[in-house]
Amino acid sequence: MSATTQTPVPGIAPSLLGREDYAIISALVPNGAKVLDVGCGEGELLHWLTENKGVEGRGIELESGKVHKAISKGLSVYQGDINAGLTAYPDGAFDVVVLSQTLQETQHPREVMAEMLRIGRKVVVTFPNFAHWSVRISLLLHGKAPTTKFLPYSWYNSPNIRVLSIADFEDLIAEENWHIENRIFLAGHRRVTRWPNLLADVAICLVTKR
Amino acid sequence: MITHSQTVVIPSFRLDCGVTLSPVPVAYEMYGEMNDNASNVILVEHAFTGDAHAAGISDADGKLGWWDRMIGPGKAFDTNRYCVICSNVLAGCRGTVGPASINPETGRPYAMSFPATTIGDMVRLQKELLDALGVERLLAVSGGSMGGMQVLEWAVSYPDRVLSAIPIASTGRHGAQQIAFNEVGRQAIMSDPDWNGGDYYGKNPPRRGLAVARMVGHITYMSDESMREKFGRRLREKASLEDEDSDVFEVESYLRHRGSQFVNRFDANSYLYITKAMDYYDLFASENLANLKESDTRFLLISYTSDWLYPSYQSLEIVNLLRSRNHDVAYVELNSNYGHDAFLVDVAQQTEVVHGFLASVNRNREARANRGPTVKEKVRR
Repeated sequence: MSATTQTPVPGIAPSLLGREDYAIISALVPNGAKVLDVGCGEGELLHWLTENKGVEGRGIELESGKVHKAISKGLSVYQGDINAGLTAYPDGAFDVVVLSQTLQETQHPREVMAEMLRIGRKVVVTFPNFAHWSVRISLLLHGKAPTTKFLPYSWYNSPNIRVLSIADFEDLIAEENWHIENRIFLAGHRRVTRWPNLLADVAICLVTKR
Repeated sequence: MITHSQTVVIPSFRLDCGVTLSPVPVAYEMYGEMNDNASNVILVEHAFTGDAHAAGISDADGKLGWWDRMIGPGKAFDTNRYCVICSNVLAGCRGTVGPASINPETGRPYAMSFPATTIGDMVRLQKELLDALGVERLLAVSGGSMGGMQVLEWAVSYPDRVLSAIPIASTGRHGAQQIAFNEVGRQAIMSDPDWNGGDYYGKNPPRRGLAVARMVGHITYMSDESMREKFGRRLREKASLEDEDSDVFEVESYLRHRGSQFVNRFDANSYLYITKAMDYYDLFASENLANLKESDTRFLLISYTSDWLYPSYQSLEIVNLLRSRNHDVAYVELNSNYGHDAFLVDVAQQTEVVHGFLASVNRNREARANRGPTVKEKVRR
């Protein structure tokens, strides 16, 4: 489907619901696809995809208050943690599984990736790049755990228990013999094409099994 | 809203046990307007000791319906948009045929000769009622506790007739603890000499036994927190010197009161039959589960954090069964201190969730009616 390979305008990335990564995710999701949003929050993205791309959306979210809001929007969201949440679905249940800004918060990222690739034909993962130059400089100059726009937490209250860079993620993909079908990098509102591991603060990868 | 109970008489009805009852009166109430093609109908299922009077003020006794917080204009089950039907279950004692009804063959109450009844029987009788009322498909079936069991049975018995299913604070099967509490209730009734093998109609009913059964039941409907808040260790104040309830804890007085109130509106033999129906229900062992395969029914399950009678893990069992078969299911565990009773009394969040879910089911239905197949159906082809 053309939507999976379409490239947004170079330079400034378009935004969706105020977020550039959402715009890119939505471009990677084909119309009418069956989509699972893992860690869907209140379901903003899922709701948009349902209304605008006719997807059949499902979500997983841990926080009761967010699930309650998502279901009130008419979304089929399941309250549970990611690990227990994924195992119940049969193989190939979804066309696309989305994990947005959550990989770095998971206890077992490799198992989560494997489970998502089991139940979905394609997996869209977005994560903050811990090797962004600002992070490197902050660590080098101040010798402290960095805080940035995408990593706004202090070391003691951060949900980000997995510290990974784009290069680290690519290593995992290679080790597991998975395949990145499409990769898009962002620095704030701009797309990054060169030296992403240094210049990008967010990565969006479309991963499949080989 | 003043409501009126109506009765449809089904000429004859065969139960799972093989016995045929005839005739079979079914009591029901209806709220809101049914539209021309009867596509806005929601069936509400009552819990164990409930009845057809789910909403509004009854013209018979002036009492408020058991789910009045949820059913009415602008409420979760919005009677400005939907037509809500609730019927008294088979083996009940509030207008639908049950052990207290007169057996036309003998001219005497059925009592313990009433045939063993299942949740499946209750649901099939409701289907007969809906056929009689000209309702082909239900926009939703919803209910809490035993009502939720009936919802699940509807979804697996008649998947084509159920657009959405909303079981709340419920289970697919009783565990040992739930059966145990029911057995305590049954034994309380049967060990009351007035029970007399179930043959007490026209004599003294087993008031003490039934009241004790209700008291036990009531404890399971509350939570440690809600009881602590409501009663604590407070003593009831002496109303008079002769007050036999004096010097008792408030919780004791409350339970005695609820027990003695209950015997005025409920039949002890119905208690026995219906608790047995609940105990024997097992969704997971049901042959009807196979019917779900082609089902498009949307599910919404709700459980409550402090509900220890129907704990969340039992809702999750159902949710995971449905997810493993790729059904469309939403699930949320809502916070409440009210225990199992939460689905009846703590309804603010429940209202929002059910309201939004139903609106979405209704939108899809309208879209389907206006535009033919949905995106999902096209993709399937």
